[in-house]
Amino acid sequence: MTLLQVNQLSVHFHSPNQAPVEAVDHVSFSLNHGETLALVGESGSGKSVSALSILGLLPYPMASHPSGSILFEGQELLNAPEATLRKVRGHDIGMIFQEPMTALNPLHTLEKQIAEPLLIHKGMTKAQAKGRVIELLHLVGFGDGAKRLDAYPHQLSGGQRQRIMIAMALACEPKLLIADEPTTALDVTIQTGILELISGLQKQFQMGLLLISHDLGMVAKMAKTIAVMREGKVVEKGSTATVLRKPKHPYTKHLIESEPKGHPEPISKSASPIMTINDLYVTFKGQKKSWISRGSSDVRAVEGVSFSLVEGETVGIVGESGSGKSTLAYAVLRLVDSKGQINFSGTELEGLPRWAVRPFRPQMQIIFQDPFSSLNPRLSVGQIVAEGLEIHQKHLSKGDIDKQVRHILQEVGLPADSRNRYPHEFSGGQRQRIAIARALILKPKLLILDEPTSALDRSIQAEIIDLLRDLQKRYKLAYLFISHDLKVVRTMSHRIIVMKEGRIVEEGVAEKLITQPKNSYTKTLMHASFDILFNKTNPNI
Amino acid sequence: MTFSPLTQRRITQFKANRRGYWSLWIFGVLFFVILFAEFLANDKPLLVSYEGKWYAPIFQTYPETHWGGKFQTATNYRDAYVKKLIEAKGWMIFPPIPFYISTVNFNLTEPAPSPPSRDNWLGTDDQGRDVLARLIYGLRISIFFGLILTFFSTIIGVVAGAIQGYFGGRVDLIFQRVIEIWSGLPILYLLIILSSIIEPNFWLLLGIMLLFSWMNLVAVVRAEFFRTRSLDYVRAAEALGVPTWRIMLRHMLPNAMVATLTYMPFILNGSITMLTTLDFLGFGLPPGSASLGELLTQGKNHVQSPWLGLTGFFSLAILLSLLIFIGEAVRDAFDPRKVLSR
Repeated sequence: MTLLQVNQLSVHFHSPNQAPVEAVDHVSFSLNHGETLALVGESGSGKSVSALSILGLLPYPMASHPSGSILFEGQELLNAPEATLRKVRGHDIGMIFQEPMTALNPLHTLEKQIAEPLLIHKGMTKAQAKGRVIELLHLVGFGDGAKRLDAYPHQLSGGQRQRIMIAMALACEPKLLIADEPTTALDVTIQTGILELISGLQKQFQMGLLLISHDLGMVAKMAKTIAVMREGKVVEKGSTATVLRKPKHPYTKHLIESEPKGHPEPISKSASPIMTINDLYVTFKGQKKSWISRGSSDVRAVEGVSFSLVEGETVGIVGESGSGKSTLAYAVLRLVDSKGQINFSGTELEGLPRWAVRPFRPQMQIIFQDPFSSLNPRLSVGQIVAEGLEIHQKHLSKGDIDKQVRHILQEVGLPADSRNRYPHEFSGGQRQRIAIARALILKPKLLILDEPTSALDRSIQAEIIDLLRDLQKRYKLAYLFISHDLKVVRTMSHRIIVMKEGRIVEEGVAEKLITQPKNSYTKTLMHASFDILFNKTNPNI
Repeated sequence: MTFSPLTQRRITQFKANRRGYWSLWIFGVLFFVILFAEFLANDKPLLVSYEGKWYAPIFQTYPETHWGGKFQTATNYRDAYVKKLIEAKGWMIFPPIPFYISTVNFNLTEPAPSPPSRDNWLGTDDQGRDVLARLIYGLRISIFFGLILTFFSTIIGVVAGAIQGYFGGRVDLIFQRVIEIWSGLPILYLLIILSSIIEPNFWLLLGIMLLFSWMNLVAVVRAEFFRTRSLDYVRAAEALGVPTWRIMLRHMLPNAMVATLTYMPFILNGSITMLTTLDFLGFGLPPGSASLGELLTQGKNHVQSPWLGLTGFFSLAILLSLLIFIGEAVRDAFDPRKVLSR
């Protein structure tokens, strides 16, 4: 008997005064014990919604299933009563969510989180559950956790939290494990470990694994069969090797080809320097330890960082979360207080009061990671883009401003009439273009890109990178490119700086640093970023 | 007029709360009607036709001699003698309730307070004054007081909250401590002491209450500004070199307005209750003025005349309930997680 059989599943979302949205449209797939099926697709393709309907976790008055059936070991789960579902959830089917910080209850200790399914489904006593929790912690490779049973989620690192999530999902030895982007929120060096753990446990317990991901590289390593989803439909299905090697559907081809590629334009020899940073420190005041003691736990986010940028150059800054790379960006823009020297085309900005920095603002701009939160939802696109001009070029008439806004929107590849619309009407990639337009309308010399592509789908990433490279060529912009994604950094940067715990651990010319890293940390980082792809040791290809 | 989809959704959601929607209508009509209290309840006629000419005594005072009377003082149109004089050479129309707040009905068949009759629909109080007339004027002054107080305390509260939330740190610390101490002052005692020294009037009471009521909103607005302070689009505006006041006004205030608007009906309620309390205790508006609190005092003093207490109770209860229902609907309208039932 197949473990999971999904037939012709459809999901509609209803909202008032609007036609229902067809999130999932007649999707079918099946999964056997011990097998791995990957649902691959970009955001909005319906892969997560399909997975959530298996456990009946959709917001039900608003969602409905016009057709389909979900058979789990022959038992119908779709539209099943809540009592039936509750017995299945966590007991027969475990789920790992994308973001371990929000998926764990911040008020419960580690022990309580993991023990909960045991107490509910297995009827264990607290003492029995405790033994099992320790067992599980060893199983997920977090043996130290046994000593920290009363730790709260915020006291753990991202990787540890994800291990706790896995332990929770595995507590009752489920027959099916659903992993919804299990590594997307984690740093690259941790990703490998988590993936190895999941596939190891799967073999051990003969679980079925439903893996949801947008990352083809990861899927290639983990899954035997793969289903490519787009706009709620499965466009291609088959064994991983066939689908990835000989894709039939044009969309699958497009997905495979959209891995970032290309190289930055060479810099001209006569390029003049734009910015020199010398020995920069950023310290965040910590909590005082107590009333009496004098010491306080200050956090040094950036420690003695120096680098320089010339016209038309891109410097990539890579590092894991918490390495201080975003803080560095804010310090360079004088948005957080810092100590050291920030020389911007001949002027020392460090130590200048806010108002004195203002005239330099148009020349240095920033693009943020999340295009959904970086645009004010209450202003129209035209208002957002025009704001910089209204402040810095007060002599311009309304007509002039409108002309420039239209021009810059065309420049970033948006129709001119989009200036009358609001940000929510645009997709992630388009929003990032709006953010770029807002920065570029002031004709900056330096653009700081703080993870500009990591919130976007792969195929859109490629478009944004092409746009950025094109703009750099035309306007001789200097980029400070901050990212944790080495693949993207490689396609953009002339030089790369590797940061760890606020310090620069290695810097050098991009290709050389990637191919011949010297520092051991850089080596791990490179290994984790590039080796996970289509490598020789991959059994599925 | 076109609304953004967000505004449209909010209006739909407001209307979806039937109770709140109808409450708004009832309150709106009621408020509109009592705005014209002078035309509704007055001891002067709306219109007089005398010797072929038309007069509006509500707007202009005429001496009794004008109508051929003896006194040079302002006319008392309710006087039977004056009535006879005018009706001999013309006619006059009285408002539906021919009593002003200070008008004493001398034609009572029973000693005051007298029960409801054809003349006095809700009876009279212990000085023979019409309860309905006093109720209308009392409601008007209560609602006005509430609205003005809410308006100004909202402005002050939002500004104070915004400054604390945006600048944070030391500014916030000092401001918060000041507010803590300030809110510790017993406002009721302060008003009682003040009103024993100087005779309070409408504006003085408003001013004193304003000194304290602005603190209601500070916490909400401050929290909202704290939250928006770290949003990317606020940072982006900072990086653009947008001046601080403009960031606060254009990028952050709209976020805080949701919380503010949700709170406002409840502040309005609180203000009305506060004025009623003071009037009830006798420390409010000057003696003789019509107010809900004064009506309640009369009800308390004349338990054997239940129309006084009941009128006071029901009018206050209905007014406050209407405002609460409206407040609930506003809260629904701004609740992004509220699922609309189809």
